Amino acid sequence: MGWFSKSKGQLDPKTKKIEVPDGKWLKCPSCDEIIHIKTIEINSWVCPKCDYHIRIGSNDYIQILIDPKTFREINSSMKSADPLQFRDTKKYTDRIKSSIASTGLNDAVKTGIGEINGRKVAIGIMDFEFIGGSMGSVVGEKIARLIDKARDSKIPLIIISKSGGARMMEGAFSLMQMAKTSAKLAQLAKSKIPYLSILTDPTTGGTTASYAMLGDMNIAEPNALIGFAGPRVIKQTIGKDLPKGFQKSEFLEEHGFVDLIVDRRELKSKISTILDYLSDN
Amino acid sequence: MAKTILDFEKPIIELENKIEEMRQYQENLDIDEEVASLEKKVEDLKRSIYQNLTRWQRVQLARHSERPYTLDYITMMTEDFVELHGDRLYRDDKAIVGGFAKLNEQKVMIIGHQKGRDTKSNLYRNFGMPNPEGYRKALRLMKLAEKFNIPIVTMIDTPGAFPGLEAEENGQAEAIARNLFEMSQLTVPIIVVIIGEGASGGALGIGVGDRILMLENTWYSVISPESCSSILWRSWEFKEQAAEALKLTPTDLLSQGIIDRIVEEPLGGAHKNPKSMANTLKNVLLEEITELKKLPKDKLVNKRLEKFSDMGVFVE
Repeated sequence: MGWFSKSKGQLDPKTKKIEVPDGKWLKCPSCDEIIHIKTIEINSWVCPKCDYHIRIGSNDYIQILIDPKTFREINSSMKSADPLQFRDTKKYTDRIKSSIASTGLNDAVKTGIGEINGRKVAIGIMDFEFIGGSMGSVVGEKIARLIDKARDSKIPLIIISKSGGARMMEGAFSLMQMAKTSAKLAQLAKSKIPYLSILTDPTTGGTTASYAMLGDMNIAEPNALIGFAGPRVIKQTIGKDLPKGFQKSEFLEEHGFVDLIVDRRELKSKISTILDYLSDN
Repeated sequence: MAKTILDFEKPIIELENKIEEMRQYQENLDIDEEVASLEKKVEDLKRSIYQNLTRWQRVQLARHSERPYTLDYITMMTEDFVELHGDRLYRDDKAIVGGFAKLNEQKVMIIGHQKGRDTKSNLYRNFGMPNPEGYRKALRLMKLAEKFNIPIVTMIDTPGAFPGLEAEENGQAEAIARNLFEMSQLTVPIIVVIIGEGASGGALGIGVGDRILMLENTWYSVISPESCSSILWRSWEFKEQAAEALKLTPTDLLSQGIIDRIVEEPLGGAHKNPKSMANTLKNVLLEEITELKKLPKDKLVNKRLEKFSDMGVFVE
């Protein structure tokens, strides 16, 4: 469930950076504080007043986590091929085209090699802005190749998930990306290469039910929505309101499904510390 | 229980009733020829109807309340079934059943989703929608099979993994992910059969294998046509279009390279002749197991990995 399941009337203000006219100021979606863009940018897109983690894209994460000028993207030109000639109220090919135009990205994950405090890593970062961060053949294949790269180069793997789940418009092909990526991770695990899964707001559906839950360590950003079924579906099923904090990072930590919750401003140093434990033993 | 009759089954049922009626007078009247001609008409009608089902009609057949379910197949195909319960962590999920069984002399671990037939049994089986415990039970049984070198057969028939409060608390996503991860490495043959509904991650959670088969009147996709309709069309009314768009029938999936084989059903569907269906499936399973057993373990696992690695269509 994701961007497509919301009717226009209830667009979640938290999903958009609300920009004031001159484009230099931003209103925190959580506490309404007006903050200068530069201030929040150097604060890793976390509200300095209330610590709200604003949803950001792959390029922002590269800025925050990867040492300057060390990121080399791989498989950047891969694009969706519309294997089902899918059409709902819109053609899938048109959705793809307009997403490429509006985001400047080719699909919902960016993969590459970069350094974190001087340590080489294979990193994949999902973009929610691209069709709800949904996983179709391109996301599955790019993640699979990234895992191969980590295995071949014997470098740690990091995947930052932000996704509504498997992409409907590629039908069973999307579903099979869950099996593909999980099988590749099993191979990686046999080679004893570390894999850190970073779960950010939101991570649901087939993405959670495959690589996002399979980290040697699962690390969540604070207050992120993480689950299998979307909250709306669960609410419909049980016919009751959901308890406060349900499917949030803290809830998952409490129930034993994430190892730790890390503030985005400390993510880079925490990743370094953890990778240090996992290497050269 | 009242018989379920689908819309497109009506003309057939009407003709069949007509024939039945005529038979009652057959002894007194000379109408043998007419009966025979009507019978032929029914056969022709069936053939034309079932060969030209829309995708949505195929979905309806897959959900037919008289279709055989996992335990029916186990009863009809196997001997000495020993059902095993529980995930050794929390509880026994009734929406997934499993245990040792024999197909002729061939020992197998057979695991599948289990639906109920009436309200009471459906509540007991949670409508075939597993909780995490079900997936963990399935994995436990698969590991047991691996330990004692017994091939695995899984039978898929679920409207989806259960979207409930406790399911989330207990890690539905983790349980499914773990199964995908572990199943890809099991060193015994795994044959997966979609016997009814194959809805999304809830199906795939026991669906990673060396050979993926679908019975003729089943569906398998990333989402049900209804949910797809409600999300993309913002209404439940477009399920027919959604079913068409998702290309979710056995023929579709075979041409997409996602499944390996379609198993023919009796004319009119598995529920028209469950015994014959079970017999066909049993022979197919034995054939597949015999082939897979010829492969050395490392080759089996590598081929399985390659199979799933090759799935997907993109441009570079």
